[in-house]
Amino acid sequence: MKKLKSVGIYTFLSIAALVSIFPFLWMVVSMTNKSVDVTKGRLLPGRHLIENLNVLFESVNMVTALVNSTIIALITTFLTLLIGSLAGYGFEIYRTPGKDKVFNILLLSMMIPFAAIMIPLYRIFGRLSSTVPFLGIDTLAAVILPTVITAFFIFLFRQNTKMFAKELVEAGRIDGLSELGIFFRIYVPTMKTTYAAAAIIAFMNSWNNYLWPLVVLQSPEKQTIPLLISNLGAGYTPNFGVIMTAIVIGTLPTAVVFFVMQKYFVEGMMGSVKG
Amino acid sequence: MSKVVKRANQPYTINLKSTGSRLKKNYIGWLFILIATAGICIFYFYPMVQALLLSFQSGMGANLEYVGLDNYVRLFKDPTFIAALRNTFIYLLIQVPLMIILALFLSVLLNNATLKFKGFFRTAIFLPCVTSLVAYAVLFKYLFGEKGLINQFLLNLSIISQPLNWLSDPLLAKITIIIAITWRWTGYNMIFYLSALQNIDKSMYEAAEIDGASSLQQFFYITVPMLKPIILFTSIISTIGTLQIFDEIMNITNGGPGNATLSISMYIYNLSFEYSPDFGYAATVSYVIVILVVLLSLIQFKVAGDKK
Repeated sequence: MKKLKSVGIYTFLSIAALVSIFPFLWMVVSMTNKSVDVTKGRLLPGRHLIENLNVLFESVNMVTALVNSTIIALITTFLTLLIGSLAGYGFEIYRTPGKDKVFNILLLSMMIPFAAIMIPLYRIFGRLSSTVPFLGIDTLAAVILPTVITAFFIFLFRQNTKMFAKELVEAGRIDGLSELGIFFRIYVPTMKTTYAAAAIIAFMNSWNNYLWPLVVLQSPEKQTIPLLISNLGAGYTPNFGVIMTAIVIGTLPTAVVFFVMQKYFVEGMMGSVKG
Repeated sequence: MSKVVKRANQPYTINLKSTGSRLKKNYIGWLFILIATAGICIFYFYPMVQALLLSFQSGMGANLEYVGLDNYVRLFKDPTFIAALRNTFIYLLIQVPLMIILALFLSVLLNNATLKFKGFFRTAIFLPCVTSLVAYAVLFKYLFGEKGLINQFLLNLSIISQPLNWLSDPLLAKITIIIAITWRWTGYNMIFYLSALQNIDKSMYEAAEIDGASSLQQFFYITVPMLKPIILFTSIISTIGTLQIFDEIMNITNGGPGNATLSISMYIYNLSFEYSPDFGYAATVSYVIVILVVLLSLIQFKVAGDKK
């Protein structure tokens, strides 16, 4: 009976693992196959990887999309971490009843669905287009700005600051550091783990973001990886091998980040719940 | 410097001095939170007010005029909106519980101390979370296509005799969406439960074992009550996420066939950017999501709180 039960457990877990992994195996294998073979359901590696890569990098704007996505994700991650940690630190270290009230109000913004603010944001940036062109629709600023400040990261940093030894702040003051100096020279280096976890989340969110870039980026040379994949997938005569190659390349950065920094990854997710 | 002053002077002066510096620190504290607070006001609260104002206006593109509650009346007579609302609720009511139960079940199995290959199973089941929503949606569109692998697989096993129209049958299309979201998010929820399970005192299970409680009883009388806060947290997150579902619908079925898989977010997108733009009415529809998010979160808190 006991043995039967454990066979059942292993079978169930194996099926779950197989179902989870299979689409990954399929896309990696399909990357090396011709479009026709992908539709025929070929599950063996082929010899068309170079051909697919050539099509992707020559006739599709893959390089541009990679560059755009990388620039956007790096700037977004940097600003998100900077602004989020400054605020999380400020709310916790300089805690007053007034700031706690502000904090609670800011948290309410986590309940705001993006679809609800998308249209006003689009109109705001639309109006800026004529007066301040570098802030208007179809610019880097427009795609980045609304995503860098989120209550989630303020919350995450504040939760983690609760575990930061506050004596270090006093020690810094005694050493004659300015308040900002304490933040940059003592807090930032001690909180590396939190920053790493937050960076992973911010980078992935930005790299995978779809709806807002879809709304605000219009010219083809501005498009990001998700927009490119979506466009390729929506074509009438899709080249499946090429699409699979694009999906693999688009997934690679986040997959690498996940495997290299698995510990921080999970910690970052948990950081938002503990405390 | 101030330390020296504090030591040398009378208590009276110290107080004055420290009140002064506390005020100064309080003021610096506000500077730390300034950018974030301003940013959230500009990019969240101000647009929310704008959307509310828009919801009382109607017209094409930039030519908007106030029409009072017309948009809200229109909601109830708009079959497309009703379809989108119904679809979103179907996703919510079927997919979220299904995923949470599956994630709970998997996490309990993986928490077993004697289980081998634990790391492999955990990583494998979590893996779907590294894909972008668009990438996995396109992948699923092809997997579930008429000649896709799923049909080929089912045909080979003789489970079906002819290919199923996963994407062009109204019911099957909904099922495809539900399968897709479950694939992407089950591992994510499982990780939360796994970490919470590790904090449960093992002696509780040992005591239950001695009292003769079955594994099923242990699950319902120890595991579930102990995990209640985290189950609440994940169900709120999933509810908010599902209410806003967009990327998958757009890339797997594009809302079709007919409007059988259309979600509220996708309808808002269509109203604003696909059809002739009606930002006023789109804003009204978006307020429905806002109200649903607030209401459902409150209900979930209430339900979880009452059982305590």
